[in-house]
Amino acid sequence: MNNDPIIRLTRVSKKFGQSMLAVDDISLEIGEGEFITFLGPSGCGKSTALKMIAGLLPVTAGTIEITPQTVVSEQDLGFVFQEPTLMPWATVFDNVYLPLRLAGLKRSDVEPRVNGILKDVGLTRFGGSYPRELSGGMKMRVSIARALVTRPRILLMDEPFAALDEMTRSKLNDDVVRLANENKLTVIFVTHSVFESVYLSTRIIIMAARPGRLVADMPMQRPWPPRDEWRTTPEFMAEARKVSETLKGTLNANDIDH
Amino acid sequence: MQTTSITEDRDAPVNTAQLRRAWRERILTWIMPITMLIIAFGLWEYLVWYHEIPKYLIPAPSLIAETLIKDGPSLMASSWFTIKLTFFSLGLAIIGGVLLGALFALSRPVELSLFPFAVILQVTPVVAIAPLILIYVDSTFAALLICAWIVAFFPILSNTVIGLRSADHNLSDLFTMYRVSPWQRLRYLLAPSALPYFMAALKVAGGLALIGAVVAEFVAGAAGQHTGLASRIIESSFRSEIPRMFAALVLVSLLGIVIFLLTSWASRKVLGHWHESEVRREH
Repeated sequence: MNNDPIIRLTRVSKKFGQSMLAVDDISLEIGEGEFITFLGPSGCGKSTALKMIAGLLPVTAGTIEITPQTVVSEQDLGFVFQEPTLMPWATVFDNVYLPLRLAGLKRSDVEPRVNGILKDVGLTRFGGSYPRELSGGMKMRVSIARALVTRPRILLMDEPFAALDEMTRSKLNDDVVRLANENKLTVIFVTHSVFESVYLSTRIIIMAARPGRLVADMPMQRPWPPRDEWRTTPEFMAEARKVSETLKGTLNANDIDH
Repeated sequence: MQTTSITEDRDAPVNTAQLRRAWRERILTWIMPITMLIIAFGLWEYLVWYHEIPKYLIPAPSLIAETLIKDGPSLMASSWFTIKLTFFSLGLAIIGGVLLGALFALSRPVELSLFPFAVILQVTPVVAIAPLILIYVDSTFAALLICAWIVAFFPILSNTVIGLRSADHNLSDLFTMYRVSPWQRLRYLLAPSALPYFMAALKVAGGLALIGAVVAEFVAGAAGQHTGLASRIIESSFRSEIPRMFAALVLVSLLGIVIFLLTSWASRKVLGHWHESEVRREH
């Protein structure tokens, strides 16, 4: 891990309309190879912050810098949405091939690459299937494969597994950790699950709602990548409790109904 | 091991039930309508014969069939005229509707300024505009074409606009992230998203193009320079040749059915592998 930050947020704010302050004055530095999670209740602006980093939303105030040599083209940034967000009219292969096709690469030239990434996410046999034929977890894998096929250096994930069952979710968590490790990715992962954030991250950013703000920055003191067995250890539970309590402390009376 | 045997046990009866259901489905989709048509025609033939209804009131199906064969060549020429008219106008409606729809979807000002005209064209009955068009346009065929086009054009336009705007927002964000050109966005995102809406419009417009063609011919009937099926109906009515009227009517209906089947087939072909409206669900 290199300690020079590759993403730097300086006093970033985002307003929707006149009064809705979604993100209030966030400053943050993210180093290469870090696995960061934004953890917080709904409405804390974590997805908004992620979309601003991706360049999908303009900032209202402040700056977001990404080290130029890290992101030289759109290919260097991968984004995974809350929903699989696949094109229902295209096969799994074509969905994964999309970013490369848009970059002007010929199908025949990148076929091995697309098939390779499909193998990485365990979908070797499903290249010719259509999204509607897949389960929720498999669709999410396609979505991850599409984000990774451009070999990005930064991967942004917006609550990607929120809608999945527990078993699929922990399997996909393991896959993401493995892929991040193998590809030396810097990952920013948005979630509202304490366990997910504790398991995945090298560092947890806890956010509070109304207005969305950063309340705690907790580096995780343990070896990364985590092993599956770690989930059942007392250390894991202790970490989760610590994070959970910090998170609880940030909730004010207004948030209880959420 | 146990799991496997359970699955196998379950599979067997399910498959037979599925086969039976597929068979029943086939009976329902083909044999039932055909049987009902035969019964209806039989009843018609019988009632005409039993009550000795004169052929200038209601001809029997057998007489209509006889007329179809007897007047075959001239009726075929008329059919060909109506077919040309219908498909030409449908083609022009597709081209015009899609191009204008794309323009509307791309530019809000263009939509706001041109939409009233499209609505006026749509809500004014074609029967009311047709006489004017026949005066202004020299070629009767061109005049009829314009009338049929007016009727078929609007559903294509409005559905194309809705379709092009209905692309998934997240997918649209993804395309923005990849910094695509407007052409790439249209080709890989907007056009496929609009396809289900377009195909639905095509089914409606196909029928409307025929209605437009027939209505326009009725209005133009007096000019007498054309021989479409609709003018054959009017002509036969003037001469009280009721069997020929029915024969021409049958041909118009057949043309409508063919258009419906063609557009349905096209829709299934284009959307069948992915869109909910055309995907066959397995029970």
